[in-house]
Order: sequence, then C-alpha cells, then structure tokens
Amino acid sequence: MSAVPADLQYTAEHEWVRLEGDVATVGITQYAADALGDVVYVDLPKVGAALAAGSIVGEVESTKSVGELYAPLDGEVVEANSAVVDAPETINSDPYGEGWLVKVRVSSTPALLSADEYRALIGE
Amino acid sequence: MSIPFVDRHIGIDADARQLMLDALGYASLDALMDAAVPTAIRQSAPLRSLPAPATEAEALAELRALAAHNRVRRSMIGQGYYGTVTPAVIQRNVLENPSWYTAYTPYQPEISQGRLEALLNFQTMVSELAGLHTANASMLDEATAVVEGMLLARRASGSTSNVFLVDSDIFAQTRAVLDGRAEAVGLELQYLPLAETDPAELPEAFGVFVQYPAASGRVWDPSAVIARVKERGGLAIVAADLLALTLITSPGELGADVAVGTTQRFGVPMGFGGPHAGYLAVREGLERQMPGRLVGVSKDADGRPAYRLTLQTREQHIRRDKATSNICTAQVLLAVMASMFGVYHGPDGLRRIAEGVHAQAAGFAARLHAAGIEVAHADFFDTLEVRVPGRAAEIVETARERDLLLWQVDSDTVRFSFDEVTAASGIGFSRAADGLAADLAAVFGLSDGFGVSLTPHLPEGLRRASEYMTHPVFHVHRSETAMMRYLKRLADRDYALDRGMIPLGSCTMKLNAATEMAAVTWPEFSGLHPFAPLDDVQGSLVMIGHLETWLAELTGYDAVSLQPNAGSQGELAGLLAIRGYHRSRGDVHRTVCLIPSSAHGTNAASAVLAGMRVVVIATTETGDVDLADLRAKIAEHRDELAALMITYPSTHGVYEHEVMEVTAAVHEAGGQVYIDGANLNALLGYARYGDIGGDVSHLNLHKTFCIPHGGGGPGVGPVAAKAHLAEFLPGHPLAQMHLHPPFDHSTGHVGTVEHRGAPVSAAPYGSASILPISWAYARMMGAQGLTDATANAVLAANYVALRLRDHYPVLYAGENGLVAHECILDLRPLKEATGIGNDDVAKRLMDYGFHAPTMSFPVAGTLMIEPTESEDLAELERFIQAMIAIRLEADAVAAGEWPADDNPLVNAPHTAESVIAGEWQHAYSRELAVYPSSGDRTAKYWPPVRRVDQAYGDRNLVCACPPISAFA
Ligand SMILES: Cc1ncc(COP(=O)(O)O)c(C=O)c1O
Repeated sequence: MSAVPADLQYTAEHEWVRLEGDVATVGITQYAADALGDVVYVDLPKVGAALAAGSIVGEVESTKSVGELYAPLDGEVVEANSAVVDAPETINSDPYGEGWLVKVRVSSTPALLSADEYRALIGE
Repeated sequence: MSIPFVDRHIGIDADARQLMLDALGYASLDALMDAAVPTAIRQSAPLRSLPAPATEAEALAELRALAAHNRVRRSMIGQGYYGTVTPAVIQRNVLENPSWYTAYTPYQPEISQGRLEALLNFQTMVSELAGLHTANASMLDEATAVVEGMLLARRASGSTSNVFLVDSDIFAQTRAVLDGRAEAVGLELQYLPLAETDPAELPEAFGVFVQYPAASGRVWDPSAVIARVKERGGLAIVAADLLALTLITSPGELGADVAVGTTQRFGVPMGFGGPHAGYLAVREGLERQMPGRLVGVSKDADGRPAYRLTLQTREQHIRRDKATSNICTAQVLLAVMASMFGVYHGPDGLRRIAEGVHAQAAGFAARLHAAGIEVAHADFFDTLEVRVPGRAAEIVETARERDLLLWQVDSDTVRFSFDEVTAASGIGFSRAADGLAADLAAVFGLSDGFGVSLTPHLPEGLRRASEYMTHPVFHVHRSETAMMRYLKRLADRDYALDRGMIPLGSCTMKLNAATEMAAVTWPEFSGLHPFAPLDDVQGSLVMIGHLETWLAELTGYDAVSLQPNAGSQGELAGLLAIRGYHRSRGDVHRTVCLIPSSAHGTNAASAVLAGMRVVVIATTETGDVDLADLRAKIAEHRDELAALMITYPSTHGVYEHEVMEVTAAVHEAGGQVYIDGANLNALLGYARYGDIGGDVSHLNLHKTFCIPHGGGGPGVGPVAAKAHLAEFLPGHPLAQMHLHPPFDHSTGHVGTVEHRGAPVSAAPYGSASILPISWAYARMMGAQGLTDATANAVLAANYVALRLRDHYPVLYAGENGLVAHECILDLRPLKEATGIGNDDVAKRLMDYGFHAPTMSFPVAGTLMIEPTESEDLAELERFIQAMIAIRLEADAVAAGEWPADDNPLVNAPHTAESVIAGEWQHAYSRELAVYPSSGDRTAKYWPPVRRVDQAYGDRNLVCACPPISAFA
C-alpha cells in the first residue's frame, strides 16, 4: 500500500502536484518510486525553462528502469531541486517531501486527479 | 575409426537420451520433434550443399588446404590496420584460453570480476591516452565508433543544425560507413578539407569529425576547428590512433568531446579485417550519452570494491527505441587482449614502440627526400604519402613482387605505414642488407637501404607532454611470469564454460570445440590485411563462399552477407536492405516497423538507426504475437508499413503456430518480414526462415555456430535475405570481390549477386578471422549433425522444464505442453510466497557452482534457461538438483526457519572470507553457506566478491582503475 496524501493532486503519469498560489511543486508518487526501485539519477529541466503540459521534461532513472518526467501543467520552472540531483535516493525515501523535483510558476492548469481518483488508478 | 565429431559436440549420449525421452513420454527424438515443431512449418526439401561430415582431423586438413591459398605478405597498407606483435603470453593465456573466450557478457558481476578488471584496465588506458574522462568497453570497430560519435553529438548538441562536418582526409571505409548511416537517419554530411579551411568560414553544425593522424598520414592541429564548432554548440569527434597518442597531444587536450578509434594495433592480429575492439571515450558530462557497455566500480555487501557493468539503463534492454545505440555484443575478448598489451608493455614500452615506428618513417622520408621523391606531408606519425606521378600502380606491383604490400591512392600517389612489425624487423637499425629496408628502397629505385631518423616529424605544438597509464597495473607486469600469473589470477575469478554450464536463455552457450578454434591463430588467417589483393586472399574467400552457401540453404534464403560484426549489426543491415528495397520502388513513406513487445531490445534500437519508426504490437499471455493487435496495427499503418520484426521461435522460447498467418498478413499489406535468427538453435534442420515467410534475417554465429562468446564479444551476425533484397545487402568499396558467393578457385564458380548496400562494418567481410570456427562446426557436423544438435537442444530444454515444473511454474509452452530450446521459469509466485526473488536465486546458484540463467528477459521476475545440446545429463541433473534445493531453501524462509533478511539466499553469494573471517553470526551454518550441495568439495568455485551493490555504482560513477589502497 503506497501513501497517497489527500492534500495533493495527481497525474496519470504518477506525478504529484502541490499548488500554492501560482507556484506548483512537482514530484513523483511513492507508487512510482517503488515501481522504479533504487533511483540513481534524475535529469531535471533548467530554471527558466517553459513547460507545456504533457511534454517530456526530464528523466528519473533507477538501476533497472527509466521513467520519463512529464510536465503536469503549463508554466515556467522557478526552481529545480539540486539536492535530489546530488542524492537521488531521496526520491525513494521521501517522495512527497525532500524528494520533490521542480517548482513551476503556473500559467494554466489542466484537470488533475484527486487523491481518491489516483488511488483508484493504481488500484489501491 | 575416430568418434564422429557430432558425438563429441552433443553432450547427451544414447542412454541418457533414452532416459530423458522416457521421462518426457516420447518414444524417440523424432517423435518429440514431431510433437514440438508445428507441422505447417516443417521443412521438406533435403539439405544438399553441406558435404558429409568430416572428422576433426579431416576438417583441420581441409582448413590447412584453404589456408594454403592465402598468401601473407608483409603489409604496409595501413589505413586502419597495422602489423602488431601479439605477445605470446597473451595469445596463449587469453586468445587461446577457454577461461577467457568461453565466458559470457558480465551481467552477473560477482562471477565476472576478472574480465571486468581487464575491461576497467582497457577503459583506463583508452581514456588516459585519449585525454578524456571516461571510455567504454568496447565498440565493434573504428568506422562504427565514428558513427556512434556522430549520433552522440546529435543527441548531446544544442545546435539545431542538421549538418555534421567531416574532414575529407579520413579512411575510405570510415567514409563509406558514415555515408550510409547518416543517410538512413537523415543527417547531412559536409566534407571539407578542414586543415585548409579557415575555421571562421565553417558552416554551423551539430558536430565535426576529424581523423588524427589523418588517412594520408598527416598530423595537423585541429584545435582551432574544434573550438569554432564548439563555440556554436557543436561537438567535436576525433578518431585517434592510440599508438600515435603516446607521442602526440591527446584529443581531450585539443578540445575534443569524444575520441573514437580501434585498438587493433595493441596486439590484436589484423585477421583479414577483424575482430578487433573499437573504442569510444568522452569528456566529463557525456557519460550518459555513451553507447555500449561501461564498466564501473561499486562495492559489495561487505563494502569491498567490486566491478560491474554500470548505467545499463542507457542500453536497449531498458530503453529500447530510445537507447543510445543498438550495440549489444561488443568485442570483449579483443578489448582484453589490447588491455593486456598495455599492461605488459606499460606506457614506456608503448612509447618506445611508437618512437621506433616514427623513427623508421622519418628515416625513410628523409631518404626519399634526398632522392628527390616528394613526400606529401612534412608532419606524420607512421604513414607516408608519396607522389610518384604516373607510377603508383607500377610501384605497388614491384613491391608486391618483393612480398611487400603498399597502398595505391590514385595513379600518382602511394601510401604505406610503418608499424610494430616493420620496426621489430630491424629495418633502419642497420643500413646493411636488412630485407625489408632493402626491398622498400629498391621499390622506389633507391640504391641502398635507409636508417632511422631521430628528428621527429611531429608539429612542435603537438608533442605530448601529459602523462598516461600511471596506475600501478601498467607498471608491475613486465616479466612474463608476472604477466602469466596476473592473467591466471583474473581468469580464476570468472565463471566460464570451462567450469560448468552457463544456461543463459537466448544466448546458446554451447561447446566451442578446440578443433573449431585451432585455425583462428594460424598466420594465413590471422595475418591478412583486410584490403590485401584478391590473389592473396583466395583461401579466405573460398571459405566465405562456403559459409554463405551453407547458411543460405540452411535458412531458406538466397543471399548471405557475413559482414555484420554482431547480431545488432545484422539487424541493422537487414532493415537497411528493407529500406533500400522500398525506396527503390518509390515507397519512401514505408517507414513503420512493427515490433512485438516481447522482442529483444536491439530490434527496436536497430529499427530507429535504419530510419524507421517503431510501433509496438502486443503479445498474448503465451508470448505469441497478438494477431488481432497485429491486424489492427497493420490496418492503421497500411501505407507506411515497412516491416515486421519477429523472433522465431519467439523470445519466450515457443514455436508459434500462427507464424505463417503473421507473415502473410504483413506481406499482404506490402510490408517485409524480418525474422530475428537468435533462436536458430531451435530450428536448424527442422524449419527455415525463408520458408515460413521471412524476407531477411540475421543469425548469431556466436550462438548457433559455435563462435565463443569471448566474455561479451566477438560476434558474427550474418544477414541472410531473399533474392529481391540481395542487392541491398551491405557491400564495401574495398571488397576484393563484389560478387557473392565469392570466387571459388576449386570449382571456378563465381556468384552472380552483387551486394550494393552501404557497408555496416569497417572491413568487407567483417570478423573474417573467426569464420573458420563456424566453418569447422558446420563441416564436422554435416546436415544431419546440425539437425541432431537442434533436437538434442530441444530435448534438454524440455527435460529441464519437466523436472523443474513442480518447483517453479514454467511460464509458457506451445503445442503438447512443449517448449523449444529454452524455458522460462516464473519466479514471481515464489517472491509472493517467500519474499525470495529471481535475483536471490541467481546469486545463490553461484554458491552451488552455477552461472545463473537469463534474468528478467523477456519477462520481468523470471529466469530463462537454455541448456543447449552440449551439456551432458550429469551436468543437467546437477543444475536441476541445485534449483530444487534452492526452492526448498526459499520454502524454509517462508516457513520462518530463517529470518527474511538473514538467510543463505538473500546473503548469497558467499565468499571464502565471509564464512571464515570474524564471528559467524547468521541463522544458518557456514557449511550450508558455501557447501550447499553434496558435490565434490574440492571442485568448489569460490565467488571472489559478495553481492554487488547496483545502486551505489550507478550513483557514484567510477569508470577507471581505483587506487590500490581501495582494496586494502
Ligand atoms: C533475440 C535476440 N536478438 C538479437 C540479439 C542481439 O545480438 P548481438 O548481441 O550479437 O548484437 C540477441 C542477443 O543477445 C538476442 O537474444
């Protein structure tokens, strides 16, 4: 059973979004982190990069697999988590906290999934 | 009467066969094969081209006769292939030693530490000579390494330009390969004489390629060109001669992002073109863009340094059509030889060889100059380009009469290269009657020989100042005793076929017989330059003609090219042939390649490199192509359909019944059918790809036809095709014969098919020096022997499946519950029930003295077992007993007898040290840890390290030799 915090929004690509004002913090869900296994490398978009919802903007790589990072919404990257680049295992240990990936200044938000909807998606 | 070879090759004897058949419930092998192989695909026509089987002695005699038709003259042709002296200690202890040549790719690092160390030495040597941060291990040859460099530049460059700048002074074979590969993926090559071009005038490009020294021998400083291209966002690729790099500034110091090349002249014979290890090195920051395999340092469960393959996720196994490359099997054995050449000679020895070569070239240049003969370039390393207006052909011919091979560039120009062999012949050290010096002088009409010149002909600014190969490993193995023991020490750490079975599914780890191997090191095969004149290479061409003819008939095709250096390259060649065919008919929009989800990763990666778009088709529960999905995808892409790529028997090791329907559906829509021949060992003699709807296939001679795996290469991946595709098979501008099968002097028979596609390898006949292995195998087995081998391989796989079925579910089976030549055990239920996964079982097998089966291919959480026909029943039983015992151990964990986190499975493998040093604090005994089976304890194989930490190695990338202190 993986954690799906109720206060976050989700995407079908197993990412979570925390919207605070017009800035969204984005990460991957615990379900995704568990499925990937030991994360060894992350490639994040640069600060200032313009994101278009649904496009591939980065990669999360484990010893046995590679997951693509999709932009969950339109906007501009205002911060990329350099700590997670240096210590990718944080994504496994704290996916919803220290393991966040990017902060985005949002220009428009497509419909995201609620925690309940995401839980249903992963069959839990 | 000697025992027929077939009885030496097939491990299962008549009594064992009966016992196994009885267990399976079949009266005979024929009955088993009738039940296993679908009737609809069975071949009817008898095989005629293979002669009746020869004994081992007869085969060797015939090979001697073929060898006698080769003539090894003293080659100064150069152009990427140079004379080298293979140290005898390396020839005997590596090239001719089954502990090295019968190992598999080091996917199980704990039992591969020896060759991983050898490869790490290779990476360290190459990266330091190249002046770059990280080198891989290894590429297939120089020309394809250049292509990989170009593709890497395309991935990593921010430039939007589609142009790749190429210096015009590069080897002809590199140019031909580059042209074909760039065209396939839509990149534009722009050739310029870069040494003469003002860098400011260069067009924008995503990359630039320079050969250093150039093909003409010239040494010039490309740093301004490199700087200019990089300024505008492009990457610089430099093909560099490693021997020259001991004397001239490294590519890294010139600003190159990537260096590529070959390591052939580090002790690997020319071998009529191969195999040799290519190399590729990159600056820091480009590691994740690298193609091919990379060895890294991690740590084991006890925290000790341990080697492993690192960043595996870049490769096709995971990333498929998004992989950095299609290269899979590489050139490990040859990389090990080159690495050991560096270990044996050390940096000083290498530099001395280079200085000797350079001094000879300089001496002869001075002599030519004095005689008023023009040498094209003032600065060179080993190669002289000489102007002889109107006389080039005559000079080359005069030289040949004196047993000396030079290279004719055009009617006015010749080129020739000095090398370790010419240097060792004493040329230049005595002006007197030394043969080579006198001959070379005479060819140019000079009255006497010539001496060495100690005046360097290298540009002042390009004399190497930086150090290389400073690690102790390159300094302590100077005596032959030390070298022999180092090689033994490394070999002892590894598990190869000389210890026990390697039941790797999809890999066909069968016997590599000593007789098959014998001719590889005969000078008539190993000493030929790939561009030697036609008259000198008749014996090899005849052998190639035999193999082309035999393989075509065995697979039901019309034409075969032996050029591809691995299965991946055969796939690429086959798909390029399909592409060429469609385009020749104006079908330029046919670019979609359908590939089942269960396919090997190389399939998807090759399709992309052939300029195709991959559309994945679903597979059913049983691993077959999902016909409904296939039909839907065909309908969807009807007008764009280029090809379907399937594997037969499927990657799940099952004879698919519907294969004819599958191939017919593709043909009906105007597509071509590619059948991956990696699993030919389940089919040979029973069915033919050409008969079941294939238009083109590659074979893996390093699986079905006994070329040893070499610890991860060499391979030979011939591409076989129907007549309509034959002209699109890979040709070569410098091939001695453009017609196939090549000229057979004994019958006077000349083939009529011309292969006109772009080459996929640097050498016209690929890895020609290892073809005697497959020739000897086919010659000694004959058609019936090959058929028997197939049946026994199928028998062995079904016997193992039967015996293990109650302990581990067999994932898929075909008709009558039978598998083909391999079977998949599903370990997921075990994991659910006991927490013990396929990883734990694989590692515990090491404690039992086995190499694990293939893990998680084609299905995650499984083990795929391919015993092959060569294992005898005793070895099969030993494996079966080990697997059953491990199942009982897992059950004990589930029953709570041992804690989930402290049991012999999760702690496997156990080293000697782990059970001897310190207090024993585990829930199971030391004896159980290391002597789990009742077998002969004196025969115990001791894994040298504990389980290797995969994540640590990927997070902390170290790809060069660690300091000795790390092992303290
Ligand atoms: C089914 C299949 N196809 C293709 C290949 C690629 O062959 P190679 O490793 O010689 O490039 C393999 C090799 O393991 C394979 O198993």
